[in-house]
Amino acid sequence: MTQRKTILAIGLAITGFFVAAALLALVWTPYDVAAVEIAGRLSPPSAAHWLGTDQYGRDMVSLLFAGATTSLGVSLLSVGAALFIGVPLGLYAAAKGGLIDGLIMRFGDLVFAFPSLMLAIILSALTGPGASNAIIAIAIFNIPVFARLTRGEARRVWTYDYIAAAQIAGKAAPRISFEHILPNIAGPLLVQATIQFALALIAEAGLSYVGLGVQSPQPSWGRMLAESQTLIGTAPQLAILPGAAILLAVFGLTLLGDGLGETLRGARGA
Amino acid sequence: MTLLRFDNVGVAYRGQMALQGLSLDVGAGEIVGLIGESGSGKSTAALAAIDLLPPGAERSGTILVEGRDLKSLAERERDAVRGGAIGMIFQEPMRALNPLQTIGAQVAEAVRLHHAVGRRAARGEAAKLLERVGLPEEKVASSRFPHQLSGGQRQRVCIAIAIAGNPRILIADEPTTALDVTTQARVIALLVELARERGMGLLLVSHDLALVGGVADRIVVLKEGRQVEAGPTRQILGAPQQAYTRTLIASARHKPDRTAPAADAPPLLDVRGLERSHRARRTWRRAVPVKAIDDISFAIAAGETLGIVGESGAGKTSLLRTILGLDRPDGGSITLEGADIFALSRADLRDHRRKIQAVFQDPAASLDPRQRVESIVAEPLHLLAEPIPAAEKRARVEAILERVGLASADADRLPHQFSGGQRQRIAIARALILRPKLVVLDEAVSALDVSIRADILDLLASLGREFGIAYLFVSHDLSVVRAVTDRLLVLQNGRIVEQGPTAELLASPQHPHTRELVAASPDLDRVIAQLAQG
Repeated sequence: MTQRKTILAIGLAITGFFVAAALLALVWTPYDVAAVEIAGRLSPPSAAHWLGTDQYGRDMVSLLFAGATTSLGVSLLSVGAALFIGVPLGLYAAAKGGLIDGLIMRFGDLVFAFPSLMLAIILSALTGPGASNAIIAIAIFNIPVFARLTRGEARRVWTYDYIAAAQIAGKAAPRISFEHILPNIAGPLLVQATIQFALALIAEAGLSYVGLGVQSPQPSWGRMLAESQTLIGTAPQLAILPGAAILLAVFGLTLLGDGLGETLRGARGA
Repeated sequence: MTLLRFDNVGVAYRGQMALQGLSLDVGAGEIVGLIGESGSGKSTAALAAIDLLPPGAERSGTILVEGRDLKSLAERERDAVRGGAIGMIFQEPMRALNPLQTIGAQVAEAVRLHHAVGRRAARGEAAKLLERVGLPEEKVASSRFPHQLSGGQRQRVCIAIAIAGNPRILIADEPTTALDVTTQARVIALLVELARERGMGLLLVSHDLALVGGVADRIVVLKEGRQVEAGPTRQILGAPQQAYTRTLIASARHKPDRTAPAADAPPLLDVRGLERSHRARRTWRRAVPVKAIDDISFAIAAGETLGIVGESGAGKTSLLRTILGLDRPDGGSITLEGADIFALSRADLRDHRRKIQAVFQDPAASLDPRQRVESIVAEPLHLLAEPIPAAEKRARVEAILERVGLASADADRLPHQFSGGQRQRIAIARALILRPKLVVLDEAVSALDVSIRADILDLLASLGREFGIAYLFVSHDLSVVRAVTDRLLVLQNGRIVEQGPTAELLASPQHPHTRELVAASPDLDRVIAQLAQG
């Protein structure tokens, strides 16, 4: 019980830190992330640069903060888009049943068969690399995740008598879906969204790493990793810092998801 | 000889008293009934007897099993006593069995746990036990899995497992609540037989006075964790000393004050030749239609209460869903006040729905947990041709809430803030807010404690009189049906096997199935009359 609260608190604290950093970087970073200063390149941590500078003399703290904006922003938009499309699809499938249900779910399986990385490669081959393609690729991959969860949970709720009562009150399936079903499955959806958010963050880093995410000079944790690769012997901190940021952010989100799940289950059981 | 002794036993969960001051003895071959409503602590007492209380529970007092306190024993010895000296049977047999093991293997495992025998011998012993509980190999193969059995058969497997260790005491916690009445009667008969033949003590925990009264030698009555009264069955049922026991008996026998409808009451609902099939799914083979309801015809007059009884699978739910317009029939017609409901236009259908509303069995599942009572009760107002202003909606909700015995301020609360009986009042308020002509009551009082059930039946009767409502009362409980219905239909396998005025039909049932139902149904009046005769 207290362990549940601890997990939730740690998850909230870490996630809150990254969200704050991302929001702050929108309006202010200690240094301009685009300001190249070759003379001060690869400087060690100092009072002016807390975490030192990179191979172009840019301030690492500023880069990491701005990278948080990119990572969280891309993840938020892609998971948001996936929720926006996947949840109604799942509700529709659960309400209709039969052939339509089967078609929607098999289409979801089809999407599952393609890794998001491959989707992003196809998309960038067609329209060129960029943040929006990364968002679309990650979103498409997440749609069936939410559609499937929504459908399963919704089908469970459909069997309850309060749904029959709503039908007797003459309410149609779409209205019942949004009035009665959705509020009652919001908990598991929220938990899943948190976990997908963590996965989206990893996917964004991966896409950026291979150059399919946001483009220079917009900072990104994944690209920082890729660019520091050749310097790993001389300046390992350039790889370690963005790597640690990804790790910590995913860790925080996962704890948050677990903590939320446990708390909701506990509340339901009580 | 005393096999199980409770002496001033108390149980607290995190400081909250669940049970206190319970003292009882179960002797060899003796059947003791532990009676109580929900929250009385009866299941806690059953769990305490085998020392299976959940973590966080603190027990005081002494529980002696054959003179030994389980708490004082080492874990190994305690495990040997559980299942060895004491056997336990739970309410939900599907949860008590492992779905991935055959029933033969599960019984054999229980045999090997308590006897030092080889696999082959254990199998042989298991076969004997299964035969003893009424599942002989040639009828129910021991290679079957739990999901391939009926509820009654599963409970028999649980009984076989419970007696595998030759226990001297058997504790059965609501062992037949999940079963049909005829199955219930057979399972109880089996338990009684086993107790008598093996000289076993049986502690029968139940909410059902009639069921326990029919078989127990002594009865202990619990209320809110306290022992109210204990004594021989004849004394408890025939001459109860405590007010609570008297209330319990009176509630169980309660007949609401109601008048039969006038003989010339106009017909309200007319069901003709109704049919509906389900497609039974079979792996790799073509689905075959199974008739859920088959050629059903009956009528309800205005203000009349028609009862429908039948066991699970008899077609009650399919019939109700069709009448409520939730499912379409495959054949036949339903006319309400002369209009065929499946031939109505959309607007007329809306009008029609206003005339039929429903109250379901489980008040916890029939109220959306995320909505406030106001939205729940106001839901049918959606059927009005024109939307009404919020203030009028609120006024209507408050009026009906007060009529069903709740406060107008309850409109702002959430369902989980109410007790089971109050929730059922909310469900009734929702069904009545549009003043329907017909209300379908689908086991609407079955999940309620007897004292609350009596209040709800009174409320329904008085609302029926006041608003001229006809009820379609579906129940498995013949004693309630007898008390509240004018006419009765008996369903079996989707067909009506008998129908007629309730009193006559139950007094002299003609169809074998009706006779079986009447004989199997626990009837407190009958039990008390028999006890009085000695």
